[in-house]
Amino acid sequence: MSIDIRRKGGVGESVRRVDGIPKVKGDFEYASDLRRDGMLYGATLRSPHPHARIASIDAAAAAAAPGVQAVLTHADVPGKKTFGLDVQDQPVLAVDVVRYAGEPVAIVAAEDPEVARAALKKITVNYEVHTPVTDMERALEPSSPSVHPQGNIVRTLQVIHGDPNAPADVWVEGRYETGMQDQAPLGPEAGLAVPAADGGVDLFIATQWLHADHEQLAPCLGLPPEKVRLHLSGVGGAFGAREDVSMQIHACLLALRTGRPVKMSYGRQESFYGHVHRHPSRVWMRHGARRDGTLVSVQARLLVDGGAYTSTSPAVIGNATTFAAGPYEVPNARLSGTAVFTNNPPCGAMRGFGAVQACFAYEAQMDKLAAALGLDPIELRLKNALKTGSVLPTGQPIVGAAPVRECLEGLRGLPLPADEPALDRDPMLLPGGAGNVGHGETLKRGVGVAVGYKNLAYSEGFDDSSEAWVRVSVDGHGPVAEVKTAAVDVGQGIDTIVTQIVRTELGIDRVLIRPPDTTIGSAGSSSASRQTMMTGGAVQLACQAVRAEIDAQGGMQQVRRPIEASRVFHHRPTGKLDANGQGDPHVSFAFGAARAVVEVDTGLGLVRVVQIAVTQDVGRALNPQSVTGQIEGGSAQGLGLALMEEVALVDGQVKNASFTDYLLPTILDMPPVVCVLVEEPEPGLPYGAKGVGEPSTVVVPAAVVAALRHATGRELPRAPVRPDDLVGL
Amino acid sequence: MVVRTRVNGDRHEAEVWPGASLLTFLREQLGLYGSKNACEQGECGSCSVWLDGALVCSCLVLAAQAQDREVRTIEGLSDAGRLHPIQEAFVEAGAVQCGFCTPGFVVAVADLLEKDPHPSPATIREALSGNICRCTGYQKIVDAVELAATRLRGGT
Repeated sequence: MSIDIRRKGGVGESVRRVDGIPKVKGDFEYASDLRRDGMLYGATLRSPHPHARIASIDAAAAAAAPGVQAVLTHADVPGKKTFGLDVQDQPVLAVDVVRYAGEPVAIVAAEDPEVARAALKKITVNYEVHTPVTDMERALEPSSPSVHPQGNIVRTLQVIHGDPNAPADVWVEGRYETGMQDQAPLGPEAGLAVPAADGGVDLFIATQWLHADHEQLAPCLGLPPEKVRLHLSGVGGAFGAREDVSMQIHACLLALRTGRPVKMSYGRQESFYGHVHRHPSRVWMRHGARRDGTLVSVQARLLVDGGAYTSTSPAVIGNATTFAAGPYEVPNARLSGTAVFTNNPPCGAMRGFGAVQACFAYEAQMDKLAAALGLDPIELRLKNALKTGSVLPTGQPIVGAAPVRECLEGLRGLPLPADEPALDRDPMLLPGGAGNVGHGETLKRGVGVAVGYKNLAYSEGFDDSSEAWVRVSVDGHGPVAEVKTAAVDVGQGIDTIVTQIVRTELGIDRVLIRPPDTTIGSAGSSSASRQTMMTGGAVQLACQAVRAEIDAQGGMQQVRRPIEASRVFHHRPTGKLDANGQGDPHVSFAFGAARAVVEVDTGLGLVRVVQIAVTQDVGRALNPQSVTGQIEGGSAQGLGLALMEEVALVDGQVKNASFTDYLLPTILDMPPVVCVLVEEPEPGLPYGAKGVGEPSTVVVPAAVVAALRHATGRELPRAPVRPDDLVGL
Repeated sequence: MVVRTRVNGDRHEAEVWPGASLLTFLREQLGLYGSKNACEQGECGSCSVWLDGALVCSCLVLAAQAQDREVRTIEGLSDAGRLHPIQEAFVEAGAVQCGFCTPGFVVAVADLLEKDPHPSPATIREALSGNICRCTGYQKIVDAVELAATRLRGGT
């Protein structure tokens, strides 16, 4: 007898978040809420200089201060002195050189956070200050000082496709820039390290990827892997900021040295120094087309500032370069990309991961081309849109769903918001509304569109698999399914998706998600729009194995002992690029398009975004409410990049490390977002569902700035667009 | 110094550093971690509480200023384990993602709806402009407020 498949609360339904109730009550325990009896508080001394040699460190006065239990420098790191996701080039604590302002130099554990912070001031570091490299183009000049001994190039690659010198009827050219964006998750970097009786350590941590942290921690701590155990704590947002290690190793070092639990929790200012940012970019592009709008050739040079250490720069520039021609059929291309080291803060993962910077440039180019040809911008895009079977500039064919046309046509089908007379309007609904600075005398409205795409999961040969364990048992209340993975719910909702998948596959309502830790195999990172397909896929496979065994035993009613299974899900293998950038680098793609309607007060340079509409290729929406939540939230971060968010750097120093000075979109800045889901199931993925977190962030910055260009007639080659750019000062 | 105050109806007395904020006092001395520490500068509203009925950012108020006064926090909102209708609406409307801003938003919405049971969308946005959410893009928060307002007025 087969089990009763009830799909209530299963995939396709807008099931409520499984962690929603503790979160609305304030009961959900985030990493910054952790505490243990007898715990100490850690604090970090950071370099004030972007580039300096450390002549000496004197920590005696700090170590002798009442309440201070440990002061550690690089000499106290028992194992490997460096860490890093891809290349281990980042010192746990600076050894002899500091390469960015904010680099950790020493750490302290004390009985009280104030005592720990006060002790930092008692540490004397003598620096020989050197001239920093702070400009990404300067970093490439032969006369530039080297940030690292091997030089200033992190990675450079080129994609040559067809005949890049093929003649075209019309050429357009442009230079574009994007600034350094901060992920600004509201939860600060935090964790609690607890020394264990076996000489090891347990770390309770807010991260995106437990196993990547683990892989970096154990060698630095000089411990065998089994003596370093990571347990997920509540994560207050991530957006890429928690992909790299921040305080993890420091807290463990202090706990192991003092034999007491140590908590570290950054404040907002420190958070700006404590995690990587979105790469600032400078891009040159030249597009050639036939008179009828058919794209003939795209040439591009992309440069991104990786800051002081490698982090994920190689993959970010890989993405930016391979996506530089946009979601279009382009027979001929020459795309080159370079990521450089500078003495700016390190850059790494942020939502959109290289695809954002590329889209900002190629979509501006498509508008320029449409204008040069006298074509409608959407028509030009439709004419060249990728589809299933198209071949990308890397030579990779698109085998899955590619509804670029559907996304664009979906946008075209949406009515524009009605014009609103300015003069008798509620002042709150004018640009700069809350400031009550204008009366709408000089308003101009503009509309812009953009289409783009993003790869799902990791690329260029990386096997970022995920493992899941599922157990079904029967207790007094009936069957219950327990699930364990190492997948991190950063807020995107993977725990809820997993619950829905288990209900669908097993027909069991009661699903318990066990806390993620490193006792199970890796789930890979909660990034790259990958958890729904990867961990979702692993959970589906494990459920199917359990169901087969239940069926073999004669159905649920016959089950006497718990039935369990573990399975690992791998995405299809990808490959590295050759010297001409040809290969099969990406697993799958998600497409999206956005239309922004803006009003600009051309006298004041202030902007009101009236509406954002997004049509997004989602494969299949497993939880429609959660999908639209991702699109809306991703749009807000895109609006932020377009209009206000930038880490301001002067000579390598962050000048706006606070929410007073680094502006985030508020509820008054964000318009309603109209979401249209394009559902064309992706072959080979569980339920056909694509990851949904990133496309809106890729396309919204380009769409908003396109709308500003339409409203003002200005070039606006750089995001974020400042009021000065709009009034022409 | 010793601070005596009433929090969610209960008397509390604790020794604090004179420079400690009310947020630090609530979290570290009283173990009330529902009020969050996101910016510690009064910009994000994650630490919103009521002090004698006035909505404040508890990171900008000294613990000493709460001496002999009444503090109400997110922990005081749900009645004997039952969710407040605003909390229910946040879960139902999908207004929660990472949830770090959520307690502050729920408190700010409760303050708004106690004063204005019929807020317009513009009023909702203005009232919540001191709370930052990095995940949702705010649309579902506006939906949650409208849903909660309807229910609190006795509608469905």
